[in-house]
Amino acid sequence: MILSNTETIPGKTITRFFGVVSGSTVRAKHIGRDIMAGLKNIVGGELKGYTELLQEARAEAMARMVQEAESLGANAVVNVRFSTSSVTQGAAELFAYGTAVEVR
Amino acid sequence: MGDPIAIGAFLAFLLGTYVVGSWIEHRHYRTIRQREQRWRRLPVVTFRQVPAGWRVEDSGLVTGNVVISVDYFKRVLAGLRALVGGPVKSYELLLDRARREALLRLKQEAMQGGFHAVINVRLETSRLANARGGEGVAGVEVLAFGTGLKLSQPPA
Repeated sequence: MILSNTETIPGKTITRFFGVVSGSTVRAKHIGRDIMAGLKNIVGGELKGYTELLQEARAEAMARMVQEAESLGANAVVNVRFSTSSVTQGAAELFAYGTAVEVR
Repeated sequence: MGDPIAIGAFLAFLLGTYVVGSWIEHRHYRTIRQREQRWRRLPVVTFRQVPAGWRVEDSGLVTGNVVISVDYFKRVLAGLRALVGGPVKSYELLLDRARREALLRLKQEAMQGGFHAVINVRLETSRLANARGGEGVAGVEVLAFGTGLKLSQPPA
């Protein structure tokens, strides 16, 4: 599965469109990580626990998007975009979407 | 809160977060500059199309992200600044660090994936809500993403 945030896959031609595919996941923060991040928040700097948490969550959202594309028979997803929204206190939704296509 | 010891302790705490926070910021900027210098040969551009003359062999999505926050002292300072308005330098620096760091991580991922360039780079910023409620910012996340290209003739 080729992913791209451009409208086409560079060096390839799109032969079929399958429409929009998406994947999302809502993640809550781990209490241990939250306490660590809370301490780190006092002095500032990178909150590694959160960086990793969002990375993992985004990877999962992308995996779900890819799964949907595969089930449609696509071999690429173009124009991939991401969005993050704070749904509730301490939880965030990570959303990935794009257009499933067949490229050659 | 009229207790002079309590006020003194709080001021010492503020000063402590200022010293440690500034040191962390300084150290972060140093590594950012080093890595930017070391990896400047990898083109990372916001063009949506492949520049003319580049022969693309393979491509793929590359990303880089970071969650970062300011120290308590700067947050208090920003709170005071909000009373009179004007530029909030501490948050400007925070976002600058976050964006540069996210771009560096994108570059790192691109290099690890064997890509020679990254096009259509986009930066997205989101605020992480404080877990315990209230108005405090837990941190900002910056996500950088783009399309990595493997070229048959890498640009010099």
